[in-house]
Amino acid sequence: MPKLNLNREPMTKQDPKTRGKNFNEVALGYSAEQAKAEASRCIQCPKHPCTDGCPVEIDIAGFIKAVLDDNMPEAVRILKDKNSLPGICGRVCPQETQCEQACSLAKKGAPIAIGRLERYVADWERTNMGALNPRAEPPRPTGKQVAVVGSGPAGLVAVADLAKLGHSVTLFEALHVAGGVLMYGIPEFRLPKEIVQAEVAYVASLGVKIELDSVVGKVVTLDELLESGYHALFLGTGAGAPMFMDIPGENLNGIYSANEFLTRVNLMKAYQFPEYDTPVFVGRRVAVIGGGNVAMDSARCALRLDADEVYIIYRRSEVEMPARREEVENAKEEGIQFKLLTNPKRYIGNESGWVVGIECYEMGLGEPDESGRRRPIAKEGSEFILDVDMVVAALGTRPNPLIAQTTSDLKTTKWGTVVADETIGKTMKDRVWAGGDIVTGAATVISAMGAARRAARDIDEYLRG
Amino acid sequence: MFRITYRETLATKIHLFKIEAAAIARKALAGQFVVIRIDEKGERIPLTLADWDAKEGSVTVVFMEVGATTFRLALLKAGDCIADFVGPLGVPSHIDKFGTVVCVAGGVGAAPIAPIAKALKKKGNEIIFILGARSKDLLFWEDKLRSISHRLIVTTDDGTYGRKGVVTEPLKELLESGEKVDRVIAIGPSIMMKFCALTTQPFGVKTIVSLNPIMVDGTGMCGCCRVSVGGVTKFSCVDGPEFDGHQVDWDLLSARLRIYLDEEKCSLEQWQARMGKHS
Ligand SMILES: Cc1cc2nc3c(=O)[nH]c(=O)nc-3n(C[C@H](O)[C@H](O)[C@H](O)COP(=O)(O)OP(=O)(O)OC[C@H]3O[C@@H](n4cnc5c(N)ncnc54)[C@H](O)[C@@H]3O)c2cc1C
Ligand SMILES: Cc1cc2nc3c(=O)[nH]c(=O)nc-3n(C[C@H](O)[C@H](O)[C@H](O)COP(=O)(O)OP(=O)(O)OC[C@H]3O[C@@H](n4cnc5c(N)ncnc54)[C@H](O)[C@@H]3O)c2cc1C
Ligand code: SF4
Ligand code: SF4
Ligand code: FES
Repeated sequence: MPKLNLNREPMTKQDPKTRGKNFNEVALGYSAEQAKAEASRCIQCPKHPCTDGCPVEIDIAGFIKAVLDDNMPEAVRILKDKNSLPGICGRVCPQETQCEQACSLAKKGAPIAIGRLERYVADWERTNMGALNPRAEPPRPTGKQVAVVGSGPAGLVAVADLAKLGHSVTLFEALHVAGGVLMYGIPEFRLPKEIVQAEVAYVASLGVKIELDSVVGKVVTLDELLESGYHALFLGTGAGAPMFMDIPGENLNGIYSANEFLTRVNLMKAYQFPEYDTPVFVGRRVAVIGGGNVAMDSARCALRLDADEVYIIYRRSEVEMPARREEVENAKEEGIQFKLLTNPKRYIGNESGWVVGIECYEMGLGEPDESGRRRPIAKEGSEFILDVDMVVAALGTRPNPLIAQTTSDLKTTKWGTVVADETIGKTMKDRVWAGGDIVTGAATVISAMGAARRAARDIDEYLRG
Repeated sequence: MFRITYRETLATKIHLFKIEAAAIARKALAGQFVVIRIDEKGERIPLTLADWDAKEGSVTVVFMEVGATTFRLALLKAGDCIADFVGPLGVPSHIDKFGTVVCVAGGVGAAPIAPIAKALKKKGNEIIFILGARSKDLLFWEDKLRSISHRLIVTTDDGTYGRKGVVTEPLKELLESGEKVDRVIAIGPSIMMKFCALTTQPFGVKTIVSLNPIMVDGTGMCGCCRVSVGGVTKFSCVDGPEFDGHQVDWDLLSARLRIYLDEEKCSLEQWQARMGKHS
């Protein structure tokens, strides 16, 4: 057996000082040489544990081999066989807890950089294959109509799969662009919007009708859709409603939900104000509450909008942080300061209603809770005040209740998530399926895509009766 | 794209647009609003439904020029299109037979309150209308509102038309006169709604106000529109926009309306410089 190569090919990135001032992509991607060097480290394990670690079961060893063999179209084919959005997943999947964690070389501390290779293949396809992509034979129309609500990763996968099977599909989206969190939440420097829009254009090219500006539950209800000729519905409306802590001062000026801050910046392009009309206020000293991807993204946006000091305030310790490892590292390199085992008690405002400080507790960790992570406990008497002039609350989100409120027989849990069969996405309501964050609560892009794919398969079976 | 089929200037800097939006017209109810965006670079702003016609497939909005978006909007003509028009959003007004309802409109608030008054009248309520504006040139729809009310009182702050003074004066007199008032609905600038609520509070008359915080999505996704009502945080776009005026934290609302004062000024001046000021 050849000697194992444990030198992971590093990813070229923009210098932290430079990138802290722009919204261009941080990671610059592999060159062909780098990709091959990394691919050559893969030992082609016969049992492919990596594939088991991927929620959509990509033939990872297969596509890596194709990269090594210089057969890029084959690499694309293998990836796309299981994952219609590889350019997105390669960039945002939490690989360290999925495919790369399962890789045989992970035990040696040097798993194959599967995400980076996936991104490399997807980017190669976008630049080289766009035009020569052979138009697949259009499917035979089935005469069935399906409505998909929500255009995040779940909705995009559902419409693509259903359209390819010959169903006539309409996609309803509340916002003025399609893409869900990929457009309004995840910032440009981590996921260029051009990549997401290329996906949306692809879906449209399959004949999917896209109805933007359509808030289902308001302009039309699920029952009205079902009565108006749609044979089945898929709900992929995500978990877009922000939560707050309900502590004193939380409505002061200068305190945003992460959704508001990121929407202003990413979707409304406030970083180009006044060229774009939507403003965003950014303080000098910014605190972001939370430890997930949303918190990292908010902190790094604030930094790019010229905040002097940006703090992440997280109530547990670094090991419990749910954010992708890579993004925590990126945030640190850029100068984001981490205040761990810290939690806000109340916000302090000035006489004109603007936030000027946070009173925080120091936290200790107790016994593990239901999530298996150690429960944070406030230390009485440990309070201290942090001076800030802006706060972003990245405390999690839950499903928007607009649809459930207007649909009597759609069963939801006490967290507002829709009850659906885990394997096929069928809800308790006749002819309605659901998948993604609306079912699981805030999770990941790849899990939303996987759920949509399984639901699409089941919808197809149902429609073919 | 959504086409403007008709436009009319109702008063100084107050304009009416009729917009082609069949799906919204079909579902619209009194008290609801739309969110609009003019074009790719535009901001999303909320406007209340002033009227709609399901048969024709049109929705009418009335807006006052106050900042960049409304300034730009006022430059559009019939036949032009706007990029986005989303609705109907918000919880519809509670329409029931209450008895005597006093509808108080301040400035451009005369437009959004009209469909509510109409629906209430149709339910059999006695409608007393108080219509106020700073000055005569800002008044509009006097005849229209007269036709949907049993009594109409007009006030102007400067006395150029109707009774001189602010809307809370006739409101207070009505309540003091011992006339049975079962409900008050006030729509206008937040300061006017606040004083209406303060006026009715001692009389214990339920007073509904339609709050106008800054919004982004209008669907409950951002929390920008949060207000405090009875000590509880609410999202105006999905929990409102109508709330019990006696429970609203008015200081919080007015503080939050000032978040972007500097940026709003900068944005407006930039557009005025680019497009030239207009009347
Ligand atoms: C800032 C941020 C960073 C993240 N980073 C990562 C990451 O690095 N890696 C990762 O794997 N995951 C990440 N996530 C999580 C991931 O984005 C989500 O799990 C995923 O987008 C869920 O997909 P979805 O299709 O279920 O819903 P969403 O992406 O939320 O899409 C739902 C869509 O439905 C629309 N909608 C909602 N209600 C209605 C309605 N009534 N009518 C019509 N349309 C409606 C919404 O406007 C939205 O466009 C991040 C999330 C955020 C917010
Ligand atoms: C539910 C709802 C319904 C509304 N209905 C109408 C309507 O039917 N007709 C109408 O003319 N206006 C209405 N408004 C107010 C309207 O949305 C604002 O006037 C508009 O957003 C201003 O945009 P702008 O870019 O022109 O001005 P900006 O530059 O955003 O603001 C200029 C000035 O207006 C104030 N302002 C900003 N946003 C608001 C706001 N949401 N409400 C009140 N003042 C604001 C600012 O404090 C500033 O002084 C409504 C608001 C809400 C929340
Ligand atoms: S989709 Fe995600 S989990 Fe699967 S191989 Fe790609 S990066 Fe890994
Ligand atoms: S587990 Fe790792 S080394 Fe083995 S085939 Fe998969 S990627 Fe290659
Ligand atoms: S405007 Fe975003 S939640 Fe109300």
